[in-house]
Amino acid sequence: MRLTQGCFSFLPDLTDAQIRAQAQYCIDNGWAVNIEFTDDPHPRNTYWEMWGLPMFDIKDAAAVMMELAECRRAYGDRYIRLSGFDSSHGWESVKLSFLVNRPSEEPGFRLVRQEAEGRNVRYTTQAYVTDRPEGKRYG
Amino acid sequence: MAETIRSYGHPGITDPLSCERSGGGGPSATLSAVANQPALGLPTEFIDLARELTEAGVEEVLTELDDELIGLAPVKTRIREIAALLLVERVRRKLGLSSEPPTLHMSFTGNPGTGKTTVALRMADILHRLGFVRKGHLISVTRDDLVGQYIGHTAPKTKEILKRAMGGVLFIDEAYYLYRAENERDYGQEAIEILLQVMENQREDLVVILAGYAGPMEKFFRSNPGFRSRIAHHIDFPDYADGELLAIGELILAKQNYKLSDSGREALAHYITARKQQPHFSNARSIRNALDRARLRQANRIVRSAANLKITAKDLMTIDAPDLLASRVFGQDATANSPLSDETESTFD
Ligand SMILES: Nc1ncnc2c1ncn2[C@@H]1O[C@H](COP(=O)(O)OP(=O)(O)OP(=O)(O)O)[C@@H](O)[C@H]1O
Ligand SMILES: [Mg+2]
Repeated sequence: MRLTQGCFSFLPDLTDAQIRAQAQYCIDNGWAVNIEFTDDPHPRNTYWEMWGLPMFDIKDAAAVMMELAECRRAYGDRYIRLSGFDSSHGWESVKLSFLVNRPSEEPGFRLVRQEAEGRNVRYTTQAYVTDRPEGKRYG
Repeated sequence: MAETIRSYGHPGITDPLSCERSGGGGPSATLSAVANQPALGLPTEFIDLARELTEAGVEEVLTELDDELIGLAPVKTRIREIAALLLVERVRRKLGLSSEPPTLHMSFTGNPGTGKTTVALRMADILHRLGFVRKGHLISVTRDDLVGQYIGHTAPKTKEILKRAMGGVLFIDEAYYLYRAENERDYGQEAIEILLQVMENQREDLVVILAGYAGPMEKFFRSNPGFRSRIAHHIDFPDYADGELLAIGELILAKQNYKLSDSGREALAHYITARKQQPHFSNARSIRNALDRARLRQANRIVRSAANLKITAKDLMTIDAPDLLASRVFGQDATANSPLSDETESTFD
């Protein structure tokens, strides 16, 4: 199951040239560019790990691509996303975020039904991979 | 590809390409000889290099360089040569004649205050205008910015700087301090290795300029052949002659809306001769520092005389002989202990 998240989730995965252009767009807008990775694909997982520090004093997307290449070397079997954080007053939030890397195999999610009080049924999704401990989930 | 080619059909302008392809009997004969040359399908119109030059706005930078920097004739010549090379390279690129990004890393050698940093800034501008760096900013660093204090500290530090410099020029002043021959476990080596790797693999992302004094630089290159082989242009900055230093002084003052009185000019000339004999002389920078102190003395002189005299705008603009002659460079006299006398040069740098 191909996971989609963030901006461009309706598009095929971005090529490196397209990623670079988006990173440059963030830089040109004065947003800090962040690289994050995780092996917990759940859409509600907000705790992605940072790869290095936010990049806020760079001028060219080559810097982002260099870090991305290194992150992929270390965590190429996980999800990696790139985000642009606007620190300006009143915004202070992520303006753009999209996936730039995914594991080669994505087993997807199981649907869990829980019988609750009365005749209620609670539905939840669980990623198959999270049965295994962190760091041992893909590949 | 044809639309990217500039062809203005000026018959008077020589075309490096048409010379290259003028020999050979017809297209098919040449085709087999140089099979993978992409230029062969291209038209043979003339290329207007002059127009390319104006379009890139490089001539402006070069003229500015000529106007704003005194002397430095050999440096200016080299920079013009490099600019010409880059211009031709740029046109060749447009025609698909070159694929590899050219090596543009440089080394600037010369004594302190001979204009290395100033020229590096201009170089960044030239490279940007010609499209060889994308942004054209200059990040100036020394060993301390690149090399860490403990294990695992250096690589992130160096990479941080490299990332900031991407799209522009990384200027490493006194580059030889990166390498400490006496300590083989020195963290400088780690920084050097990262630099070498990026200089080789990311040539289109940034240009590195190493700067320093000629002697130690030479030694540095000898112990780090990797650097020498990655550097395309070595430029040597000569010391300034006395007359040039005087002209530089006047230029610096003019930029700040000051000028020398006739006797002031004479005093500065004397100052230059005297200052050169003393330790820590650093060419144009010494002049700049001397003039900063002269401005201080001038202000003091004017304030003290303000009670008795009417001050005009001209007075505020003029640096006079006493403002310079009070300098300690002219011997240990009564002024030596006054707060306005020269300290050793280095404390002011
Ligand atoms: N040819 C020149 N014309 C006018 N001003 C100059 C010239 N050369 C240097 N200067 C001035 O002298 C000062 C010192 O120059 P710069 O910092 O470029 O020297 P440097 O070679 O980098 O010295 P260092 O090796 O000590 O770093 C600057 O303020 C610069 O403006
Ligand atoms: Mg300098």
